[in-house]
Amino acid sequence: MPVTSEQEAYPVAQFRKTYFEECAELLDALQSNLELLSSGREDEETLHAIFRSVHSIKGGAGAFGCTDLVAFSHTFESLLDALRDQKVAASQEIKQLLLRASDALADIVHAARLEQPLPPNFAADISVAMRDALLGAGQAIDVAVGSVAAETRSLSEQKYRVRFRPHTEMLRKANEPLLLIRQLRKLGTLTIEADSSSLPPLEALDPESAYLSWTFTLETAVPRGALQDVFEFVEDDCDLEIELLEAAAGPAEAAASDAGSVVASAVAQVSVAQSIRVDVDKVDRLVNLVGELVISQAMLTEQGLSLPADTYPQLIQGIEALAQSARELQESVMAIRAQPVKSVFARMPRIVRELAATLGKEVRIVTSGEMTEIDKTVIEQLNDPLTHMIRNALDHGIEPPSERVAAGKPRQGTILLSAAQRSGRIVIEVSDDGRGINREKILAKAQARGLVPAGASLSEDEIDNLIFLPAFSTAEVITSISGRGVGMDVVKRNVQALGGRISVRSRFGHGSSFTLSLPLTLAVVDGMVVSVGRETFIIPLVAIVENLRPQTSDIHPIVGRGNVLALRGEYLPLVYLHRVFSIGDAIGDPCRGIVIIVQSESAGRVGIVVDELLGQQQVVVKSLEANYEPVDGISGATILGNGRVALILDVARLHEIDVRGTGGRLPSPDQFKIETAKDIVDAA
Amino acid sequence: MQPDSKPAIHFGQESAAVSENVQQFITFTLGDEEYGIDIMVVREIKGWTETTMIPNAPAHVRGVINLRGIIVPIFDLRARFGVGVTVPTSMHVVIIVAAGTRTVGLLVDTVSDIISVDPKEIRDVPDMGVPIEDQFLEGLVAIENRMVTLVSLAGLFGTPKASVTTTAARADAAVAA
Repeated sequence: MPVTSEQEAYPVAQFRKTYFEECAELLDALQSNLELLSSGREDEETLHAIFRSVHSIKGGAGAFGCTDLVAFSHTFESLLDALRDQKVAASQEIKQLLLRASDALADIVHAARLEQPLPPNFAADISVAMRDALLGAGQAIDVAVGSVAAETRSLSEQKYRVRFRPHTEMLRKANEPLLLIRQLRKLGTLTIEADSSSLPPLEALDPESAYLSWTFTLETAVPRGALQDVFEFVEDDCDLEIELLEAAAGPAEAAASDAGSVVASAVAQVSVAQSIRVDVDKVDRLVNLVGELVISQAMLTEQGLSLPADTYPQLIQGIEALAQSARELQESVMAIRAQPVKSVFARMPRIVRELAATLGKEVRIVTSGEMTEIDKTVIEQLNDPLTHMIRNALDHGIEPPSERVAAGKPRQGTILLSAAQRSGRIVIEVSDDGRGINREKILAKAQARGLVPAGASLSEDEIDNLIFLPAFSTAEVITSISGRGVGMDVVKRNVQALGGRISVRSRFGHGSSFTLSLPLTLAVVDGMVVSVGRETFIIPLVAIVENLRPQTSDIHPIVGRGNVLALRGEYLPLVYLHRVFSIGDAIGDPCRGIVIIVQSESAGRVGIVVDELLGQQQVVVKSLEANYEPVDGISGATILGNGRVALILDVARLHEIDVRGTGGRLPSPDQFKIETAKDIVDAA
Repeated sequence: MQPDSKPAIHFGQESAAVSENVQQFITFTLGDEEYGIDIMVVREIKGWTETTMIPNAPAHVRGVINLRGIIVPIFDLRARFGVGVTVPTSMHVVIIVAAGTRTVGLLVDTVSDIISVDPKEIRDVPDMGVPIEDQFLEGLVAIENRMVTLVSLAGLFGTPKASVTTTAARADAAVAA
């Protein structure tokens, strides 16, 4: 049977897609193993892993006719092979070359996936350098186009023999052999032999039994796994043998590539056993359902509490067991959504390499805690702020080599990127050993822009944190590299949108360190349940500093600024929730109710006046916008144990609504100074 | 609601072509007046339950309720029409409707009937100085000796921001107590 257009049909497109998905994983693995190699792990295992990644990319590329990719990965692979056989020494230059080659490979794969042409002579210098390295080591390399083409062919056209004997059971399950044969035919050139020798005479024939068996000879470009996939659903109900007969190229090559694919498939087998791919939508549905379950469970628990325990001991026990299981179930489901931050961290070394080359700086990035897990939604939002912070560190932090040497530092600058879990939050730190924040310059700039009144004395931390002010991200301070319309204020806003905090510490001449603190998940919040009048609200626990009932003497009215609370020598503005939200029947007097001191990035420390604390509870965050619209001062809603809805407060906004609600008084410059300074202190 | 999610109501001559398509409406009352709403958008009808207030929302937003895990806002139709404010009792009824992609509840006095209407019989709302804004109403229909006013969900919820254009008067907060 000739090769027909059927080969171009759906399955090939499907294989292509799978191939590029695998490529992304292979490139990630390649990247992290190269990092290991650069850091001195030159053992055989690492080298093998690197070789395997490139080899697998090349294999598939041949099958899908990506000639550029084949040619480049072939040279790459040859160099790796020589390295593995210790014919080429793993010198620092070679390691650098391998890193550059892996970046180029990623670009070529990207172009191949989008079927875009590469720029002329793309990565030619790297190819030449790799060949030189090989030639220098006395290694011959077949770089002629012909041999690459032959290689392509050897990988694309392999001959398999498939013996297939369906059992009666297979037919009973309504599986049709003809459909399988048609599917096989789509994979390549197929020769079929049917064996009808076990067919009984007509009178003895059971029409529902299976008597026929087939032997297929298939010349195909797809890997063995794809062949197996055809029989996936009938595997248990038939005798199936798939054997590789030969590759179209020389036997040695065939054996090599077969060995390679065996290794690759063995690796694939292992990873199949350890993980499965699941649609994110399915996980989200699961998360929502568990949220419902937890609410129902809380409802039951509340009802159970009102029952006399000695009358219904079994019921009470059952409810307790349910609460335990529900909590564990919720944690497990949340863990499904959690992913290691590695997926974001892995992109940073390349950014550093490329930017360092552009800027003529020598920089290495050291990452740690990549396996720290965090909610997928948070991870997705983390890339931009992190990229920006890394760029910033490189551009503004790390000095050019000559300046570093003059300052008595090593030529090569270091950026540390780390993640760790600390008390229910993820802390990500980006630090560099560069020049640190030039406080004089920052302060002068802030004063020139009117952000800080002339003559105001700010602490070092206060000055450092000025860089998060919106007006700071323009001109002068910023070069073409990091000044791409995003400043640290945008980073801060991104981080805050995730419920996170950012702060900076710096030592002039010694470097800076940015710390991000993020919640583990956005779906569940630990909250304090409070009441005002007849209404109930949730205040996120992370925002709460302390609760207290002040003495009348601690409350001071300040003209134009409402009441403030004197607390250990500090004056905190008081926000009366019943006024901000126009709630009747509230106690309203902080000395008879409760003041909750909250801390927010934008508003600093504020005392919120409520009637009563009702307790502390984990709540599932629900959207108010889905069926209504965003409400100022409210970040979301949840459902309490009694089935009622409670709104979750956005503490950062409350103070602002309060100030705005007092009749639009504009703050005087003097007030502004206090507020700015305050903001800075709290952010630190 | 989306215009394509239910058959359009035609007026005048064009209606002849669709006269076989009888439309069904659920009717409800606000005081002595009877109103109708397209049955296709009604998801369920439930008794009034206490709501959770939404801070600084307009008077016709009665707050939100928990409808099997979804947060659903409840609108007081009487207040929305500008003819007073409903004082809800357990006898009052909430009609849960799908307004476009949103699920919302309408607080009304009672639900009375399901009526089948030939679109031909739907008349324009005469401009006679009724306090209710025209955009909320779709037409009038006479059933026996009753007059039913058809409510337009698109008019009520069509513009997403319509319901908070007027924020309630806020207490003069933060002034010395």
